[in-house]
Amino acid sequence: MINLRRNKDLAAVEGRRIGLDNVMTALAFVLLLVIVVIPISMIIYNAFFHEGKFTFNLIVEQLTRSTTLSSMWNTIKIGGLVTLFGTIMGVFYAWLLGRSNIPGKKLMRSLFTIPYMFPPFLGAMAWDLLLNGRSGYLNRWMMQTFNLSSAPLNINTIWGIVFVEVSYYFPFVFMQVVSALERMDPTLEESARIAGAKQGTVIRTITLPLVVPAISAGALLILISSLAHFGVPAILGFSQGIFTLPTRIFAVISRSGGSFEGIRQAAALSILLVVVVALALLLQRKVLSSGGYDIIKGKSMRPTLINLRGARIPLFILALVTLAVIVMVPLIMIFLVGLVRAYGLPLIPANFTLANYTRILTTSGTLDSIKNSLILAISAGIISMTLGTLIAYVVQKIKPRGTGVLEILSVLPYSIPGTVLAIGVILAWSGSLGINLYNTLWIILVAYIARYLSFSMKTSSAALLQVHPSLEEAARTCGATHTESLKDITLPLIRPAMISGFFLIFLPAMREVTTSVLLYGPYTRTLGVQIYSLRDAGMMPQAAALGSVAIVLIIVINAIVNAITADRKGV
Amino acid sequence: MAYVRFENISVSYGDNQVLKNFSLSLEKNEIMCLVGPSGCGKTTLVRCLLGLTRPDEGEIYVDDKCLFSSKRRINVPAERRGIGIVFQDYAVWPHLTVKDNVAYPMRKQRMKKNEIDRRVKDVLKQVSMSEYINHLPGQLSGGQQQRVAIARALMSSDDLIVLDEPITNLDAKLRDQMLNEIRDIQRNIGTTIFYITHDQKAALHLGDQLAIMNGRGELVQIGSDEDIILRPKSRFIFEFIGVTNFIPLKLVNSEYKLDLGREMIPWPEQVPDTMAHGKPIEMGTRPNDITFDDASPIKAKVKRAVFLGSEYDYFIELGNMEIRLQQSTLDAALVGVAKEGSEVGLRFLNPHYYEAKRREA
Ligand SMILES: Nc1ncnc2c1ncn2[C@@H]1O[C@H](COP(=O)(O)OP(=O)(O)OP(=O)(O)O)[C@@H](O)[C@H]1O
Ligand SMILES: [Mg+2]
Repeated sequence: MINLRRNKDLAAVEGRRIGLDNVMTALAFVLLLVIVVIPISMIIYNAFFHEGKFTFNLIVEQLTRSTTLSSMWNTIKIGGLVTLFGTIMGVFYAWLLGRSNIPGKKLMRSLFTIPYMFPPFLGAMAWDLLLNGRSGYLNRWMMQTFNLSSAPLNINTIWGIVFVEVSYYFPFVFMQVVSALERMDPTLEESARIAGAKQGTVIRTITLPLVVPAISAGALLILISSLAHFGVPAILGFSQGIFTLPTRIFAVISRSGGSFEGIRQAAALSILLVVVVALALLLQRKVLSSGGYDIIKGKSMRPTLINLRGARIPLFILALVTLAVIVMVPLIMIFLVGLVRAYGLPLIPANFTLANYTRILTTSGTLDSIKNSLILAISAGIISMTLGTLIAYVVQKIKPRGTGVLEILSVLPYSIPGTVLAIGVILAWSGSLGINLYNTLWIILVAYIARYLSFSMKTSSAALLQVHPSLEEAARTCGATHTESLKDITLPLIRPAMISGFFLIFLPAMREVTTSVLLYGPYTRTLGVQIYSLRDAGMMPQAAALGSVAIVLIIVINAIVNAITADRKGV
Repeated sequence: MAYVRFENISVSYGDNQVLKNFSLSLEKNEIMCLVGPSGCGKTTLVRCLLGLTRPDEGEIYVDDKCLFSSKRRINVPAERRGIGIVFQDYAVWPHLTVKDNVAYPMRKQRMKKNEIDRRVKDVLKQVSMSEYINHLPGQLSGGQQQRVAIARALMSSDDLIVLDEPITNLDAKLRDQMLNEIRDIQRNIGTTIFYITHDQKAALHLGDQLAIMNGRGELVQIGSDEDIILRPKSRFIFEFIGVTNFIPLKLVNSEYKLDLGREMIPWPEQVPDTMAHGKPIEMGTRPNDITFDDASPIKAKVKRAVFLGSEYDYFIELGNMEIRLQQSTLDAALVGVAKEGSEVGLRFLNPHYYEAKRREA
């Protein structure tokens, strides 16, 4: 007979043991302190304290410079325009591919998520190659063909930057709205049609208001991403002296050669950037705040498709052209320039060579950068996934005092621009607190973990919410210790979410530039930094070749991920 | 000494005090049914017993071993209490097969593999789930999942099993079968069973002892099924345990009369002196405690008669009230069935007297 009470002396006296719950809670707080609180506090301290005294001088000094003001204005202008156009474009294509009878919808839908994977700074590089005000291939071709005296298009402008960012950020809105439309009850639209409303009226008065929550969620993502974005304005703006706050911070740091004064200025600028982001978030909440609609159902239904009639083919062609312009053109451009013998030569087969590829694949610096990025992306993925799950568990299941603080701390870095995070990490971990990680991979890793923690925290939280507490409790009453019940029950149940959390971190970490460009040392270049540096050093074809390698890597890994997750669904 | 003892258990969630100084004892090898309205704190009590909720105060003993004591600061962790439980929401693990679910407690006991296999087969046969041994819970119906949970609880402990509303999701036939099954298991293994339900029928069917809780989480009566039905201690229990009729009694010239609205009829039975407190009182009676008797001065009219197989269910107009009456098929054969619309005389057996409830206008 089973008798779990064989040992009569097992009655635990309370308070003597430190429970697993307490250990996890303490760990979560300590980790967030180290990863999030310390870097952010260091920025605030350095921006507001000079020689131990509180002062606004540094901020005021920055605010009186015209360069600062113009970068702030550019940041806001670009952020606003990108959000506006990105949202319009996202909503339009979501509706077109989600609700109309346009041909090839399924394929088109997956094609429209490609720009989301495409590293924006590679896109910027490609457009720079095509439409650079002085030397762009397309500009030169047009000048020759039409006998123009100056370049007809110039990508190195605010509008150029907006164009490129919109191309890669609109999928945020697109994907949100597509899924909202999928879940929407089609009878709402039908009843409006039956009531005699015209198609345009139905879209404006019924469909659109119903997907507003999804639109605003996507628009928020665009806004945060664009305000904090470094790659595109760096590549397209530097040559023309167009700066945004993130690129200004980068310029200040690199000009000062890493001196402390430079870093303090960067800290002050970082505060301004955080303020801009915070204000933008507030403003957006005001503008888009609207009551939640409960009309979107959880179940997927078969929506009625709207007949485009005569516009069907022209709109189809428009979608194809859009895809070609934002995906194919930059992709082909990067691949072709990677093949050309010297930058500037016409892109004809006679000038093609594989020398660039052999060179980058034999240079140790470049190979190291690939290796570094792989190491960083894998370890940041694993560590953030583990920590994120730990924190999610503490927040969702243990709910200690201070749960709210924990939750805010873990999603805080998400709305803090990568540039700012990098400055915080420099201030915290280059010796001032007794630990010096500068010029090592560790400092980049710490920044990545802070940056991506919220990704895995969100996916794990959602999964943990699905795990009813009685499942773990049932295991306890069956004789499992708390640790065993975690291992046997909870972890297996949230494993799929953890795996997708890993790839959610791995993929963006592979192509990261914003933070690593501020943190890299001579031996710790990442893939993104190496491409950026090659281009900066004028070795355009090599940069393009390495860019193509990066793209191929990302596509291959993504395909593997999709295969894995598709497999999982089948079980 | 009782086998399971709750002593002065108090539990509150924030400001909401669910249990206050709650005490209850279970004898070894008996089936104790705890019955009470929804939300009265039954699950909370079970969670305290299992070590999943920490009572604010009190002591819990199983087999003379203290599992919890607020005074002595004892709180045995859940995994060392060794109590089998069927949770209200089954809590069958969705990622494990039926077999792995059922085998889990034995694996935690480090039992030998072939021994585990044998027992899993046995217990699945007992709950009629043998053919689903390799299914995942997602492929099972709610009732089947519940049976897996019961099997798992049986594997956790031979001594004490707690079932929290374990058969709510089964159809009537399966429900009967499961109740008999639980009875058999108890007879064969001698397990002590703590059965939680708000379904008095199941409780009457199964329990050796019934404990009744009221909506405020207080224990109002404990006793055998006969005790509870024939001698309910309070109006709450009387009403809670089955269908009831109440007829007001009026004291006129120190004589009790049935107050039927239009008329008063003298009440032939003796009303206990304890009721002579001057407040209005009511006579309570169950449908099967009323019989037809043409000699009775209490006349009523049959409004509707429904044949339910084993009995007839009557809706009867008595003065300004409608009361229910049940007549077993056997009685009906002996005395005859009352026709709808006919006038009948009524006799009340086993009447209960309670203080009248204030009625809302
Ligand atoms: N975790 C909790 N936090 C706050 N209040 C709770 C919690 N669990 C239960 N309660 C409250 O305690 C009271 C008793 O709940 P309990 O689950 O014990 O009822 P029950 O008797 O099992 O009811 P049912 O028959 O519906 O299962 C209810 O009022 C419930 O709202
Ligand atoms: Mg309950």
